[in-house]
Amino acid sequence: MSRKVRLWLLAVGSIGVAVLLACAAFDLPGFGGTSHPYGERAVRSALARHTANVISSVNFDQRAFDTLGEESILFAAVLGTVVLLRETRDEHSEPPETVQVDPHVRRYALIALPVTLLIGLYVIAHGQLSPGGGFQGGVIVATALHLLYIAIDYKALERIRPAAAYAIADAAGEAAYVLLGTAGLLAGSAFLANFLPYGTFNTLSSGGTVPLLNAAIGVEVASAIVVLLARFLDQALEIEGGGSGETGSQDEEAKRS
Amino acid sequence: MSVLPYLAAGWIFLVGCYGLATSRNLIHAVGCLSVCQSSTYVLLLAVGYRRNGTAPVFSDITPGSRPVVDPVVQALALTDVVVGATVTALLLALVIQTAKRHGTVDPDELSELRG
Repeated sequence: MSRKVRLWLLAVGSIGVAVLLACAAFDLPGFGGTSHPYGERAVRSALARHTANVISSVNFDQRAFDTLGEESILFAAVLGTVVLLRETRDEHSEPPETVQVDPHVRRYALIALPVTLLIGLYVIAHGQLSPGGGFQGGVIVATALHLLYIAIDYKALERIRPAAAYAIADAAGEAAYVLLGTAGLLAGSAFLANFLPYGTFNTLSSGGTVPLLNAAIGVEVASAIVVLLARFLDQALEIEGGGSGETGSQDEEAKRS
Repeated sequence: MSVLPYLAAGWIFLVGCYGLATSRNLIHAVGCLSVCQSSTYVLLLAVGYRRNGTAPVFSDITPGSRPVVDPVVQALALTDVVVGATVTALLLALVIQTAKRHGTVDPDELSELRG
């Protein structure tokens, strides 16, 4: 298909979709309106279950089974990346050279590291109370570890980050979620049902299983991001040769800079 | 104009589609797919917005004292962001392998099969 034909086809399709979207938009309830039947019910049942952060309650209690599905997509995507970015037969890895980092960058990154790590853990632990939870906190924790790469070098990062251990932690986080769901079954209720006492509203021990599921997701997301970045960094900094020469020279350029 | 946010979401989606169809670089195509996906965040948040509403978190406000925005769509957007990021990473890993095996990231040049 020539470029021109393709653009015409795209134009026709886009106009069709645009018309459908516009029709749908004019039929939706007005923006900012007061009618949110699902939202009101979700707020009511979150308060009944003593969870101050309604979003966490929706994610980890009211539709926890959906979150299991989303978590599994995340797990599968990381697994796929690990398989795709492994070292192939015609490649070999070389340890990257140590580079001197600007002392200002080093100082700032080393100060920011423990603070970021603490904020990440705080966000995971307070998911049932304040905006946050396992998904967001996990990403912050993973980011904190990578400040070591910015502050010192790749070797320092590799020392605190054995990728295999994080891959196991990733699987353990996923397993913990499923096991917590099964615990609901054993307690005589449904899969992923809240079986713990709801606790006192607006304290750390409120929300029943919500904080535990949050912690499981936090472990999974943090280790998933670490494993993902480890694969991409290995690809850019360590793995040499194989395939066309073009990417090899890019790797060398990345190493020099 | 109360439908503007919905139309904006549709517009972002179509811009992403245009980029996907005309892309000459697979990395650019993955970026365009992310643009398409971000239109869903705009749509979800627009559906859930409520005038004068605040975040649906009751750690510092008394329940019932203020209107809150719809928490259901916020929860959907939240998981969408994380899952979208990892799926983008998977696609970028595919692009790296394609570039290694075929020496190109132009989708028009990737017509033949190779083992």
